[in-house]
Formats: sequence, structure tokens, C-alpha cells
Amino acid sequence: MNIPTELKYTPSHEWVQFISETTARVGITDYAQEALGDIVFVNLPEIGDTVTAKEAFGDTESVKAVSDLISPLSGQVSAVNEELMDSPEKVNEDCYAAWMIEVSAIEGQEELMDAEAYAAFLKTQE
Amino acid sequence: MTLFEKSQPGCGNQLLASLDVPTVELESAFVRQSEWTLPAMAEADLSRHYTELAEKTHGVNNGFYPLGSCTMKYNPKINEALAALPGFTEIHPLQPLESVQGCLEVLYKAEQALCEITGMDAMSFQPAAGAHGEFTGLLLIKAYHQSRQDHKRTKILVPDSAHGTNPASASMAGFTIVNIPSNDEGCVDLEALRAAADEETAGLMLTNPNTVGLFDRNILEITKIVHEAGGLNYYDGANLNAIMGIVRPGEMGFDVIHLNLHKTFSTPHGGGGPGSGPVGCKDFLIPFLPNPHAVVLEEEYSWEESLHSIGRVRAFYGNFLVVVKALAYILTLGKEGIPEAAANAVLNANYMLTKLKDLYPPAYDGLCMHEFVLSLEKLKKEKGVSAMDIAKSLLDYGIHPPTMYFPLIVPEALMVEPTETESKQTLDEAVEAFRTIYATAISEPEQLHAAPQSTVIGRPDEVQAARSPIVRWRPEHQ
Amino acid sequence: MGSYISNTAQQRQAMLKTIGLTRLDELYADVPDSVRIQSGLKLKEGLGELEVSRQIRSMANKNVIYESCFRGAGAYRHYIPAAVKSIVSKEEFVTAYTPYQAEISQGILQSIFEYQTMIAELTGMDAANASVYDGATAAAEAVALCQERKKRVALISSCVHPQVIETIRTYCFGNGMEIRLIEEKEGVTDLEQLQEALGPEVACVLLQQPNFYGNLEDVAQIEPAIHAQQAKLIISCNPIALALMKAPGELKADIAVGEGQPLGLSLSFGGPYLGFMAVKEKLMRKLPGRIVGQTRDSQGRIAYVLTLQAREQHIRREKASSNICSNEAHCALTAAVYLAMMGKSGLQECAHQCHSKAAYLRKELEKIGYLPVHARPYFHEFVTSCPQDVQSVLQRLAQQGILGGLPISDNRILWCVTELISKEEMDRLITILKEGKA
Repeated sequence: MNIPTELKYTPSHEWVQFISETTARVGITDYAQEALGDIVFVNLPEIGDTVTAKEAFGDTESVKAVSDLISPLSGQVSAVNEELMDSPEKVNEDCYAAWMIEVSAIEGQEELMDAEAYAAFLKTQE
Repeated sequence: MTLFEKSQPGCGNQLLASLDVPTVELESAFVRQSEWTLPAMAEADLSRHYTELAEKTHGVNNGFYPLGSCTMKYNPKINEALAALPGFTEIHPLQPLESVQGCLEVLYKAEQALCEITGMDAMSFQPAAGAHGEFTGLLLIKAYHQSRQDHKRTKILVPDSAHGTNPASASMAGFTIVNIPSNDEGCVDLEALRAAADEETAGLMLTNPNTVGLFDRNILEITKIVHEAGGLNYYDGANLNAIMGIVRPGEMGFDVIHLNLHKTFSTPHGGGGPGSGPVGCKDFLIPFLPNPHAVVLEEEYSWEESLHSIGRVRAFYGNFLVVVKALAYILTLGKEGIPEAAANAVLNANYMLTKLKDLYPPAYDGLCMHEFVLSLEKLKKEKGVSAMDIAKSLLDYGIHPPTMYFPLIVPEALMVEPTETESKQTLDEAVEAFRTIYATAISEPEQLHAAPQSTVIGRPDEVQAARSPIVRWRPEHQ
Repeated sequence: MGSYISNTAQQRQAMLKTIGLTRLDELYADVPDSVRIQSGLKLKEGLGELEVSRQIRSMANKNVIYESCFRGAGAYRHYIPAAVKSIVSKEEFVTAYTPYQAEISQGILQSIFEYQTMIAELTGMDAANASVYDGATAAAEAVALCQERKKRVALISSCVHPQVIETIRTYCFGNGMEIRLIEEKEGVTDLEQLQEALGPEVACVLLQQPNFYGNLEDVAQIEPAIHAQQAKLIISCNPIALALMKAPGELKADIAVGEGQPLGLSLSFGGPYLGFMAVKEKLMRKLPGRIVGQTRDSQGRIAYVLTLQAREQHIRREKASSNICSNEAHCALTAAVYLAMMGKSGLQECAHQCHSKAAYLRKELEKIGYLPVHARPYFHEFVTSCPQDVQSVLQRLAQQGILGGLPISDNRILWCVTELISKEEMDRLITILKEGKA
């Protein structure tokens, strides 16, 4: 299981990459993409929408399932990875490159794990 | 090949009479400019095209169809013949009342009979399908609470084993959904229900027998808990086939109900519809039923409109011809035939279950109702054979697979509903197929991943279909 | 009598024995005794087929089948080619369930795929679903799918069929959207009022083409203003008229809906009918209901499947935007067969005849004092005044086997003429009306 050390993680299997103190990108982890199977569509918010930590900001669709994407952060959506609209398979192919949203004006965040803690957390999930 | 590839420009059929009045053109500003096309086909080729398509379609008469929760019973031919009478098909929905007395009689008589079967006091035939009926029934509940100025009742309780339409309908009706967990026996967890039912509860949606095929023996306690909290009880009639003529939902504490005439009352499914999802209710909810409602006034049938109605849920009066078929079925079965059909549906299901359960563990033990749910969790773990693999293998035996992966609370679920119209011989043959497939699952599991082998196509790539949807014919996709 | 059970009493007993029971009622051990039906249903005993047939036939015989029908208003009597009924009666099409198992449902799936293509062509849109219940629910679903967090108002023209408006109202009682009606002016939507009503809170505008009075709306004039407010334009249209009239796609509609009954379905006292629904590509994933897509099987052969299912209730549950499950698939099949039988030129001829005959009747009626109420372009319906008591006029026609136009007020009648009506029938109508006058 690929867990890059430079990222932070949530128990709902999102990753967070801080670009600055108030801006970060969010995606889903290798564990999540594998559990979801072939992703066929990603529903994402629009630029300017606000997101709230621990609340859904979108969802991923596989053929027979829908899973919420939970925001690790509170803030405003400043960018959306439009490429995923046409090529959702990129999430399966390289989930750490396939960021979903960029959040700016971060006002709060849920408790995040580092890579080591997330790896340990995954062990408890088995 | 599609009609569009078979199309031969210049081909067509002479169908209409010549124009016998002066030609008049549509005002030019409104005339269509954009290109469009339809297939150009001679009748002979068109007719053959559809015969080909029919051959590639599995209907109830092509073989066993134990699709759980869908009640794929035989569709009697007399029903079709009667619904095709010109005295029904040629009637305009806005004809004067005196010229549609027969249509209203059909609606009125079907309502009387279905109320007697369900223990309801009135019924509307407007809803066109089960989900449409759910939406309508939930709006009755909403209108009822609003009429009492009880505005805080915004929550609908839905068991986690419910059909997906239940929470979706509640959401469309503007309610928030509270999921009620099932207990170890697959029935409603009473403690969880007690904890959830409160002054914000608008109602509970329940199907009984439930989606795991069990009759919830706590039913009277369940409906009482909801009533005592001030909520109403909604009965999802998808599984009425097990209990019609045996017990009435109205006597189990339900206030609103929808039926699926296309399941319980033998009308065909048409490849997905039309169905008919009449909504029945107790006295105190009648004022809220959709307008209009057929009644008898001074020995004449008439329409009644209520000021408190939730309004229409569609144009006109519902899928009328489907009601004609259901009425023919009810008249045929009558007072003994209805419970007899129910009991035999339950008998057929238990017979199959008994003959399968040593190999295929049921999700819950005990007698089932008209359907049962098997879990292939163990087989999946041990041999890598999934519910999907078993289902696809059944196709090679000419059997339509059971419902797969539902209810959601059962892992690797197969939900089997034989219905009462299947003979012992058909059930025995199906049992044999299930058992042979099981033996293959143990000895050569990989063989099942490749099933089906005998159908016109193999397993389709559903991921590709959803990632890059092609939902209309275009020459470049061929 | 019968209950369509094929097992004999002996076989049933043997089956019970296999289960380990002796009596059928033991199967219901979980049903509380206190609520078991004790003395049977209060229904008549079951009847043989002949007797059932007699009873239902006697009901059918109490209805009046009019020889000539000049009434439309949402349900239209058109010519239905013989092949249509014969093809759609094939028992596989009639009795199959929703095609969940693609491998044994390629026929149904392909027929829906072809239907979706024809509807997309006819409406000039990109994608159609496999059908919804009827034209009214199609409009209501369309309004619902336009709802966004900050856009919760629907502007509905008063010239939309009244029953469609009522249905939308009911759906909005559920989903909480607000409806604002735009008034009628001279037989069409008051576009000035519509323009003023547009604002950022408006999710969508619904117009009907031709409208309830048969008149054509000047959609092109108002469309830019609608889209300037990021509102969606929904056009409810008559599918036969689309063979002549500018299509919703051409008018830049975001959603096209309509009642598909004119496409080969009989009047049937209002149902089963067919709601069709088509959208521009960007809204495809918001369409409610079943959608069939083309893909390949494991060996690379073309295959059809139900697709985009993650939108639907059985997966999305309370988050689904629509709860629709069963639809009107068999009616969609009927429409597809009808459209293929007619072909483009046949449908154009049909629409052209409807319009020409309506024009003829309108002129003839005018000559005897039934004056057109609106001076607008129309398709095959129009409103006239009625120089006498409406009810007695219609009764007189009924006595001669004619269903006259629909009375829409004390002195106005909404007439409809389709290709089925001959010049002779129209002349006879005029004669009867004239006689009454004298």
C-alpha cells in the first residue's frame, strides 16, 4: 500500500497536501481507491463553494456504489481538478496525483494523521 | 445491428390517406431548420428486426424467473385480451362523465376489492408505479401532519433493509431519513426503533414480509411504537403477494399503503413498465388523496375532488389499462383464490429453500415467506466465487438469476422469489441447476467467472459504459 | 376458481412434507393470530374465464366510443399502424422485467437504446432516458432536477397544460421549490412578465410548445434572457409537432420533455402513457430513471447495459434526486416502433396533415360564427368562441357520434384535428353546428 510520507491523512481515507498554511489539496488514498474499485465518475463542488471539515464535499461513483468524499478541512474551494470529470480512471491509476479540490482560506481542520499513524490505522481496519 | 444501420433512405410505408384539404404550411419563423433523422424501414424488415430483438429477450414464458422482490408470476392472457377492448382503449380521458361510466366502474370495483384485501378505506389509482405510490403516500403523511399544524414532524424512519425507493421517496417528499438497524434475525430492532421514534417522527416505512423474506412477528409492537410517538405507518406493498387474503396491512397498524399491481396482481412488467402503484389509506387520510377520486353518487359513477388533496401526481387517472388487468385477475381468483395464491407462493419458496439450504446458507434461519435470501459470503471467501458468478452461471441453464446484492445488509446476497405459478417440476429443475453450479464452484471455481457461455453476449464492460457513456446511436461508435 | 397454480393437491402435500410441515397454514406461524383473517375475504368467489370476460366486457360496453374525435388537450387520437400493435404484443417484450441481466436482455436493451436515439433526434437534444410515467411527471422531474442550493424558484407559464401545472405543484409540495406562474396574454405566455420575473433565484422556466391553447410560443425571443440569469429552459413539446416545428435543441432548451402518447399509444382513458425526457450533454448525469448505454462484452462484441446507475435510488438511496424505478418501457417500445414505421417523411406528412386539417376546420368554423380567439400561429389545436350554450352544442354533437372540442370556459372551445379526421367528418361537424344554430 502506497502511503507517501509528505502527506497528511484522515480516518475516512482522504489525503491532504498543504501548499501553504492556508491552502491545501485533497484527494483519496490508495486504500480508498482500491476499496472503491473502478471509479466511473467523481462529483465535485464548484469553485467558490465552502467546505466544512468532516462533512461531504462530493462523492465518487463506481458501477454499483456511491461513496461520499469527506472534507478534512473547512474553507473555500479555490480549484477543482476538472480533468477527473472526463477521466475518473486517473483516481485508480495514480490517486496521489489525482487531487480533487484545492481548499483556500482554511479556517479549521479535523485531526490529521501523518503517514506512520495512517499506516498503523489501516492495520486496525483489517 | 441497430435500426439506424439497417435504415435504407427511400424506404418507408404507405400509412396515411392522401390529404383531402388544401395544404397549409406552418408559419416560417417556427419551422424546423435543424437536421434530424429516423430509420427508414419497410414494414417487413422492421417486423423481422423486432422478432430478432424478442428472441434476445428473456420473458416470463422463456423460463423460470425467480427475481426476488419483483414477483414474476405468470401474466394471464385473458387480462391482456380484456385490456385491449376498444371500449377501453378508444376512450378519451376528457370525455363527458356519462360516456365513461364503464371506466369509472372498473376503478371503483378495483378499489373496493383492493381495500377489502388490504384493510384500507379508500384507494387512488393515479400513481403509475410503486415508487410513485410511495411518493404519493408520503405526501399524504406530510399533508396530514401539516393539517394538524404539527410542523416539527420531518423525519421518516426507514429500516436499513428497505428497498432503495423508500429513502429516495421520503427524500423527494422533503423528509429527512432516519435509518433503523435490523436485529440479528433480520427484523426491525425494537430498541433502536423506540429510541428513534419521537415528536419529530412523521412516520415509518416498512415492508412486511421484509426484504429478507421474513414476516416480522413484532409487527403489532412496531406499529404501536410509531403510533404512540405520533407518527404514521406506511406499508410498502412490494411483498403483499405472501400475505394477501391471510392478513390485512390495515389490521397490522398501517395507515397508508401502496400496492404494485404489476407484482402482486399479475399484470406484466413490459421490460420495466408500465406498472401501477395505487395508494390506499385509512379514513382520516382520505381528504388528502390525489384528485380526482371515483365514487358512486346517486347510482352513477362520478369524480370527487377534495379541497385538502395533495393534488395530482400525474395527468388524468393513472395507468388505467393496468387496473383493468388487475381487476380481471381479482375476479378470477376471488375470495379463495387470493389466499390460495399467497400460500402457494410461500410454499414454493420454502420448498426451494429446504432443498438448497445445505449448500447455500440462508441469511436468516427459519421459515421464509414468498422469498428467501441466501448469502454466498463463505463461498466467496473460500473459493472466490461471488453471488454474481452464481447468478451468471444460472443464465446458462435458461434461468433468470435471482436479485443480486440486495438487501444491502446481507453480504453476497441472492434473493430468490419463485412465485406461486411455478410448478414443482420447474422448482426441482432449478434446484438441480443451483446444486450443479455449487459443485462446479467447489471443483472448478474459475469456470464460473467465465459464465455465461451460452448467451448472445458475455459479461458486458459496465465500467466502460459508465465512464464514457454512449447513450444514443452514432455511426462512429460502431 | 383458478389461481393459476400448476401444482396438484398431492404435489403440494409432498412439498409440505419436504419442508417438514403438514398444513399450509403452518407456513404463517409468525403472523399473530389476532390479526389473521378468520372468516375469509368479503369478495365474490372466483369466476371462470368466460364469466370474467362477460363482466369486464359489460363495463367496456358502458363507455361511449366516438366515431369522430375533435378533442385533444393532452391526449390525441392518431392513426396507429397495424404493425405497431402486433410487434409490441410479442410476449417477451410484454412480460420481461427491467433488463438487469444484460446477457439475456439484449433485445429489450437495444430497443430502449434505439428509442433513446429517436427521442434525442426528434427533440434535437443529446441524451434521453428510457422514459418516465407521463408528460406531466416528466415536466415535474425536469423542474426538480434544476433545483440548486441557491436556485429554488420555478417559473411556469400559465399556458402549460393545467394538469401538468397541478402535478408540478404536488412535486414541489414535496421538494420545497417555489412555483411562480407567468400569466397568459393573447393566448401565449406574457413574455414581458416572464422577463421581469427572472432573477438569480430562478432555477428554471417551463414553456409548452405548442401550448395548451394550441398556440406556438415565441421561445427564441425570451431564451437569451433566461440563460442570462443561469436559469434552465425546459420545453414541454408535442412529439408529432416536432416533425415540423423548431425542436427544443434548436431553441437552446436545456431539457425537453413531453407526453409521448401521440406516438402510437391509444387513448386508453389516460394511461398507460409515456413521459419522454431529453437533455443537453452537461445534464446527462442528472437525468432521472433508467438509461441504456452501449459498451462491449468480454469478447469485444457490441453490448447494451443499464448504465449511469449510480444516479439511481437503488444505489444512492436518500441522496438520489429521483425515486423512479419502474417506468413506461413498453410504451417507449411502442413509440420507437411507431416512429420507425412512420419514418421521418411519414411523421412529417402526419404533422403536415394535422396542421392543414386544423387550418381547414378553423376557417370553416369561423364562417359559421365560431371565431378564433387568438391570432397566433398554431399547430393542430386552437380555441374558438361558441355562439351558443357550449354544453348543448357538445351534447348535440355527441348524439351524432362526435366528441367535440374541450369546453375551457362558458363560451370557449379548444378544438383539435389530427390526420385521422377526414374532410367529410369536418364538413359533417360544420353541418350539425349550423343546423343547431338555425
